[in-house]
Amino acid sequence: MQMIIQVLADAFSLGGLYALTALGIGLIFSVMRLANFAHAEFVTVGAYVLFALSGEPLVMGVAAAILATMALAVLTERLAFRPLRNADPATMLISSFSVSMFLQRLLVFLVGSRIKTLDPLPMLNNAVTIGGVQVSSLKLVTIIVCAVLLAGLTLFLKKTRFGLQMRAAAENFTMSRLVGVRANTVIAAAFALSGALAAVVALLFAAQTGFVQPRFGVQLVIIAFVATVIGGLGNLFGAAVGGFLVGIVSILLQAFLPPELRPFREAGLFLVVILVLLVRPQGLFPARGLKERV
Amino acid sequence: MAVIRDMLRRIGPLLLLIAIVFAIAWLASFAGVVLQRRVIFGLVNLVAVVGLYIFMGNSGLLNFSAVGFMAIGAYTSALLTMLPTMKHTFLPDLPLWLGDAHLPPLAGAFAGGGVAATVALVVGWPLMRLTGIAVGIATLSLLIIIYIVIGNWTSLTGGQQSLMGLPAYVGLWTSALFAAGAILLAFVYQETRFALALRAAREDEVAARASGVHVLRERLTAFVLAAFVSGVGGALFGHFIGTLRVESFYLDPTFLFISMLVVGGMRSLSGAVVGTLVISVLTELLRLAEAGVTLPFAATKVAAPAGLGDVLLAALMLLIILFRPQGITAGREISFPLFAREGSRKLTPQT
Repeated sequence: MQMIIQVLADAFSLGGLYALTALGIGLIFSVMRLANFAHAEFVTVGAYVLFALSGEPLVMGVAAAILATMALAVLTERLAFRPLRNADPATMLISSFSVSMFLQRLLVFLVGSRIKTLDPLPMLNNAVTIGGVQVSSLKLVTIIVCAVLLAGLTLFLKKTRFGLQMRAAAENFTMSRLVGVRANTVIAAAFALSGALAAVVALLFAAQTGFVQPRFGVQLVIIAFVATVIGGLGNLFGAAVGGFLVGIVSILLQAFLPPELRPFREAGLFLVVILVLLVRPQGLFPARGLKERV
Repeated sequence: MAVIRDMLRRIGPLLLLIAIVFAIAWLASFAGVVLQRRVIFGLVNLVAVVGLYIFMGNSGLLNFSAVGFMAIGAYTSALLTMLPTMKHTFLPDLPLWLGDAHLPPLAGAFAGGGVAATVALVVGWPLMRLTGIAVGIATLSLLIIIYIVIGNWTSLTGGQQSLMGLPAYVGLWTSALFAAGAILLAFVYQETRFALALRAAREDEVAARASGVHVLRERLTAFVLAAFVSGVGGALFGHFIGTLRVESFYLDPTFLFISMLVVGGMRSLSGAVVGTLVISVLTELLRLAEAGVTLPFAATKVAAPAGLGDVLLAALMLLIILFRPQGITAGREISFPLFAREGSRKLTPQT
């Protein structure tokens, strides 16, 4: 029982982090068909802002991190992605790759490549006991924050005017422009939202790892990227589900693989990815209108 | 006369590209040891980029796994050509036949390419059914899998430790010969009907299928051929540096090679060569700037701060992609102006 609950807490807190990261990537993919590798650096920059303000009250640090990543995301869109909006997806992917590499090297240049330790959420370092089972409170909070944000994002997309425009743009970009959706505003908003999500991920992930370095976000974003593809690129619900799935599979492999195979855990994870893609190339929940009709 | 002219027009790009490679090697032979090593490194990279081009350029699909095939080629060649005594010291758990194997360098390099191509054949057969961004993700997953397996299969590869003592036979002319060979292979392939069919599928998959192109087979051919070239490139890399680290075959070189190809123009062989040349020269210039330059009128040495070169290089690549998304060559092959058809400078877009 003890073990099952702990594995579940691990699985859902990791899955939640992946899901939030995957949503940040999925939001942008759904409105402009861009697979944004630079999301990794949004997360990293958020974590560095938290590190820089680690002496200040938590609220200030978090607010500053969110503002910084939102600004960075919007700026990136304006400078690096808007000029390529009509280019083919491969070119945009490579552009985002270059942005990512540029920001990473800029960080190395500005703050150095050495690891910096930080502890943004010291109040969550102890464990809580639920029904006789000890669970890390950080993991519980991670799960709760992810659930709240997912619900909030769903409400935002379903109930607000902006959300409606964003969904319309995701479904059929040209058509939504024809009926009066402001393309630039919607895309900028998607980037701002994606940046804000990156800051939250940075906070939770930094609290888990306890350090930040210039490649802080890379591994996380690669896995989240995989999650969006498994879930179905362009489908936000799919991205969230994909994130949870990847987290759960990863923890299960960790918990139940024989010890001598454990170093190969992530290889197993990516093998699962390839298998899913082979069976369902459009992902588990294919977005409408993504596949070209002939 | 007209026949010769036609012929020259057709193979003109090939002759020019190979001439460029040998001209670079010849010029470098007068330079100092440090610069020579940089040139060799550039030529080894050229083999890798040409390998990347064979698949990406003709099929139009993203391939992030090329560096993984380089790793396979490098480790295969290393294990086959290292001195048995070295292997017994560093890798005591090797199977006996492998521990005692001691092949000549050339056989090792081609065995590396062969093993990489075999792996590509096996994994490519299912993977090449995918299209669009799914190929990118699947090949990225493949790269990560290869990286993890090599990094943890300690008895075979040494795992996280460096594998030392590879015979370092790759010099200026060896690397130039291999680079020319890779270019020749890529050029001959792109002139075949298989490559033509693959390019047709790149432009419009449905129409190509309707015209009888077996898309899976053509993609697989290019993928396997590309993996062979990448594998040989990886073997060269290993025997140039003399030490293998699994970290050398992961995201950084993947990014470097893809940028070289994209900056040059991923839809032509000339693009692969030009891109490698441009990025290598830029890297070298920025490195010099970091080491410090003595300006003619200033008494002191002016040096750029360390790390700035990397930042500027990434910024330059971004600018080239933003302002010239089709790359420097924009999908054309370079040609002798003399043999160009009247009024048409687009010689071989062949799309």
